[in-house]
Amino acid sequence: MEQQELIPHLFRSEYRKIVSVLCRRFGFDQMEIAEDIASETFLTAAQTWGFNGLPQNPVAWLYRVAQNKAKNYLQRDLTFETKVAPQVKNDFPEHYETEIDLSPQNISDSQLQMMFAICHPSIPPEAQVGLSLRILCGFGIDEIAEAFLSNKDTINKRLYRAREKLREEQIKIELPGPAEINKRLDAVLTTIYLLFTEGYYSVSQNQVLRQDLCFEAIRLCQMLADNEQTNTPPVNALLALMHFHASRFDARVNETGEIILYDDQDTSLWNADMILKGGYYLNRSAVGSTLSKYHLEASIAYWSTQQADTKEKWENILQLYNRYLQVAYSPVAALNRTYALAKANSKQEAIVEAEKLNLTDNQFYFALLGELYTGINNQKAKTNFQQALVIARTSADKKIIQKKVDGLD
Amino acid sequence: MNEYALIMRHEDGTKIASPEQMQIWMKQTMDWIGSIAAQNKFVSGTGLPFDDARVVHSNKMVTNGPFGEIKETIGGFIVVRAESADEAAEFAKGCPVLQGEGNTMEVRRIAKNDGTH
Repeated sequence: MEQQELIPHLFRSEYRKIVSVLCRRFGFDQMEIAEDIASETFLTAAQTWGFNGLPQNPVAWLYRVAQNKAKNYLQRDLTFETKVAPQVKNDFPEHYETEIDLSPQNISDSQLQMMFAICHPSIPPEAQVGLSLRILCGFGIDEIAEAFLSNKDTINKRLYRAREKLREEQIKIELPGPAEINKRLDAVLTTIYLLFTEGYYSVSQNQVLRQDLCFEAIRLCQMLADNEQTNTPPVNALLALMHFHASRFDARVNETGEIILYDDQDTSLWNADMILKGGYYLNRSAVGSTLSKYHLEASIAYWSTQQADTKEKWENILQLYNRYLQVAYSPVAALNRTYALAKANSKQEAIVEAEKLNLTDNQFYFALLGELYTGINNQKAKTNFQQALVIARTSADKKIIQKKVDGLD
Repeated sequence: MNEYALIMRHEDGTKIASPEQMQIWMKQTMDWIGSIAAQNKFVSGTGLPFDDARVVHSNKMVTNGPFGEIKETIGGFIVVRAESADEAAEFAKGCPVLQGEGNTMEVRRIAKNDGTH
């Protein structure tokens, strides 16, 4: 029983370390081989440990086996080159160094470098997230398919095309120089943010998977914050914002998977430690002269950790959204801003503003209108909630909107 | 879709209003801009404070000013996206500057680099 639980945990955390080192070593040209070697290592572990029991030091065992498999492959490759391709010169280029370095430093360096290589603007955002989940987070194809509400074939195709593109573009697996790093960091942060959003707002019903996605995003961002060259204010702001939001995980959904809206949440279930950490990183982000969208969003997220319904809170949130929308428009932000406007100014004003948004393909748009009209014109509120019900996709969402409709009768 | 500059013409607010009133106008301005941004029509905003300003005359003489004593001085402008000047004018209607009688919002289409201007 214990053995079966140990392997998946190990698989996730050690696979990504091993595969990062191997990928960096083999390059995008031979990335599938790197992934294969990593996978084979765990396959061997599953088979061998089943018969012989757990080794004394499972991690060291995995590293040794991975190193040997890689060495074997590289030596066969070298043999091919030297015996079958006689044009090879006598001095062996560094390329043929067959030792794999799995020291903590090299693991950390490799992961960071792979992060930058994968989060490259030349491949589409979903591919960046997919590849990150596979290589940086050690997710299986099944898990990735479930996270995206897709299927194995689609995901495999997506990852295949992404690797091809990275090969074609000859993307180097290295940390960008100081001149480029902020720009490239932008792409990495966007991917991490997407990954977190996928987990936080996901339509997948798998709660455990969704939380995993969020925690992986946090872990990746943490790596950036822990490295001197990538420890920038936006990185810290993003880390803060993710901690603030993730602090409410246990309160957002009840045992039966039903959504619990913010105002109804049991604040004793809010993770105080995560909120404190968020505050710590928010402080760390408050340096320098640039105010990134992550700073604004983190500040809004900070206010979300204060449940008290004060004018001060909502006026602050409103002004933060006013600024946020100037630098980064999104329908979600527009809707949230309108809600804050209702709380800070008035519902009537917010209704006028909401109707200007005209986001008629968005269930939350109609849900917001429903909220705003409640108490002012219940007939209109009902019509809007019903429209939201038509568009809503998950049963959890439909349930909560239905509750609102019923409450109006 | 075009871009339009919404230019605010009004006297220097700091000369005629208390700090509390300035705060209120500040919030109203931010809310107005937020409204346009929420509709995904906001491009940029540029405030033009009256201190540290100069006027260069046709005889190349440089003087201090403008000082914002008249309602025609430019206090700043924002750029919005709109299909027409009329739509842009609708956005301009929400600017708190228009609470002052005699103040105006000037709506000007921004020239595209299409060789005509």
